Amino acid sequence: MEKFTQHTGIGVPLRRSNVDTDQIIPASYLKRVTRTGFEDGLFAAWRNDPGFVLNREPYAAGSVLVAGPDFGTGSSREHAVWALQNYGFRAVVSPRFADIFRGNSGKAGLVAAQVDEKVVQRLWDLLEAEPGTTVTVDLESRTVRAGEGPDAVEDSFDIDDYTRWRLLEGLDDIGITLSHADDIDAFEAARPSYKPVTLH
Amino acid sequence: MPEEQEVEIYRARTLAEKVWEEHVVRRADGEPDLLYIDLHLIHEVTSPQAFDGLRLAGRRVRRPDLTVATEDHNVPTVDWDKPIADPVSRTQVETLRRNAEEFGVRLHPLGDKEQGIVHIIGPQLGLTQPGMTIVCGDSHTSTHGAFGALAFGIGTSEVEHVLATQTLPQSRPKTMAVTVNGSLPDGVTAKDLVLTLIAHTGTGGGQGYVVEYRGPAIEELSMEGRMTICNMSIEWGAKAGMIAPDQTTFDYIEGRPEAPKGADWDAAVEHWRSLRTDADATFDKEIVLDASTMTPFVTWGTNPGQGVPLGGAVPDPADLEDADDRVAAEKALEYMALEAGTPMREISVDTVFVGSCTNGRIEDLRLAAEVLRGRTVAADTRLLVVPGSARVRLQAEDEGLDVVFKEAGAEWRGAGCSMCLGMNPDQLAPGERSASTSNRNFEGRQGKGGRTHLVSVPVAAATAVRGTLSSPADLEPVASGEEV
Repeated sequence: MEKFTQHTGIGVPLRRSNVDTDQIIPASYLKRVTRTGFEDGLFAAWRNDPGFVLNREPYAAGSVLVAGPDFGTGSSREHAVWALQNYGFRAVVSPRFADIFRGNSGKAGLVAAQVDEKVVQRLWDLLEAEPGTTVTVDLESRTVRAGEGPDAVEDSFDIDDYTRWRLLEGLDDIGITLSHADDIDAFEAARPSYKPVTLH
Repeated sequence: MPEEQEVEIYRARTLAEKVWEEHVVRRADGEPDLLYIDLHLIHEVTSPQAFDGLRLAGRRVRRPDLTVATEDHNVPTVDWDKPIADPVSRTQVETLRRNAEEFGVRLHPLGDKEQGIVHIIGPQLGLTQPGMTIVCGDSHTSTHGAFGALAFGIGTSEVEHVLATQTLPQSRPKTMAVTVNGSLPDGVTAKDLVLTLIAHTGTGGGQGYVVEYRGPAIEELSMEGRMTICNMSIEWGAKAGMIAPDQTTFDYIEGRPEAPKGADWDAAVEHWRSLRTDADATFDKEIVLDASTMTPFVTWGTNPGQGVPLGGAVPDPADLEDADDRVAAEKALEYMALEAGTPMREISVDTVFVGSCTNGRIEDLRLAAEVLRGRTVAADTRLLVVPGSARVRLQAEDEGLDVVFKEAGAEWRGAGCSMCLGMNPDQLAPGERSASTSNRNFEGRQGKGGRTHLVSVPVAAATAVRGTLSSPADLEPVASGEEV
């Protein structure tokens, strides 16, 4: 996985709460067997609306999404993370993420930065007043920054220590776990015999 | 030198904590616990990239004997004995078949008697048992918590991780009790209970928690009703939902193909009995509900928390206190083409869907048939009955339920996820409205532009007869026909 230390890119204000993974990418786009090519499915229904934020310049070239609370609820499809990444997003800022989405983001290298609800409001106002304003997501210092002068936004964001460390180092989770193979062997040796197996 | 005695300090624990502790492979400061996974369920949509990852890294599946695969999400529910018509769907299914063969994973393909929705076949085969850790690349994995298993949905990177290591790094969640007192009134089901709960908590209310459903109303439920409740845990954001195993659980499991036998059965049951939450254990949070006041419950909006009793009306967003809720409600009503104040019973639907991992089991089909026997589906209304698994279909046909459905004018289909997520051809057309026994009413979930009302099975069946959202109590009695 690519290391992530900080990223600066055009901020995209998505004034919606409860953006579920069916909105991020509808099921009909989930039939690909690769991790790429999902950008066409991103927010597919909303992108039919010419007024939708990603259909407007300069937001179309955005790479930091700023959304309302409960982002990524619903389905466990990691395709939602891939669709955001395939489109060009590197980070999503929201007051609250659904658990599975946040986990998937951490695994795939998309930063899910959880901030106070007021920060999202201020970012929305700033990004709408000055389209094209860039947002910096700094994983090292856990801060999100945007704009200059009196309307500038700078605040901390939450991300768990372990995920932050993995993203900063660009580490492969499976590699880390396989280094503990002895522990897994020992655990397996002590499993009760009544546990079911699928092959006989 | 006296032998050092290991003193075990008693600490009261919840069901979730007990199951968690039994699966910790490794614990270290500053790291998530590494948990062992007892059962990994696989399907065609969230696995291809994971198998690809294994191939690229030259890794194998560590425990194919703790892994089982089936085809459910995108498979057709008609002509299932013929090659899949949609080439992209076919490629995905064929990819699963190739991967299962290459990596030695047991697969129940389309046409197999054990094929079906992953969360239906696990319990049906007896693979789902109390005290296990169960994962699947599907958020409704929470279903298996009905047996007292710790079961949750994972993404594809985690699917790959489990395939390679049979473990998952996981941070310890908080615990919550949902205590449901009283008894559900006649005609009110587990689905109504869970929809009532989600309307109370909102879609994020369970976030960060493993929930234990308990209390008299839960204990009275059959295993299938319990599965319906646990299935929808994810719809209010919970990591997992669990119910303590009891005699109902053991009776359901005993004799199933993969259930423990002989001495193993006795050892297993003894252990399962020890998993119940200790009397003096505490939860981080508790919600208490009264089942006896519950009524049939339906959704009006575009998330499962936007629901009201069937006897109620579409709410007015202006009445909502929270600004975000208000905006969400306005957007939902616009999408749903509904006006505030409209009685729910006046809403007419085009399609009724009975099925899914929420309500696609044999008891669900029996309930639907009970309402439909001697009645017919309203003109201009389509009723789709989709069994959750091939076994459920065969059982229903043995009991003659398929005849009841067909005589009523319903479409009787093959097993799969079908219109729950509209990944196969079973979809709503733009602007079409459904009453659906599934779990999500998100915008476009059942087809682009489709509008979904989540309902229980009896409400779905009665709605199919009247063409408007209804409960069986709204139906004319069936004339006793021939004997007159």
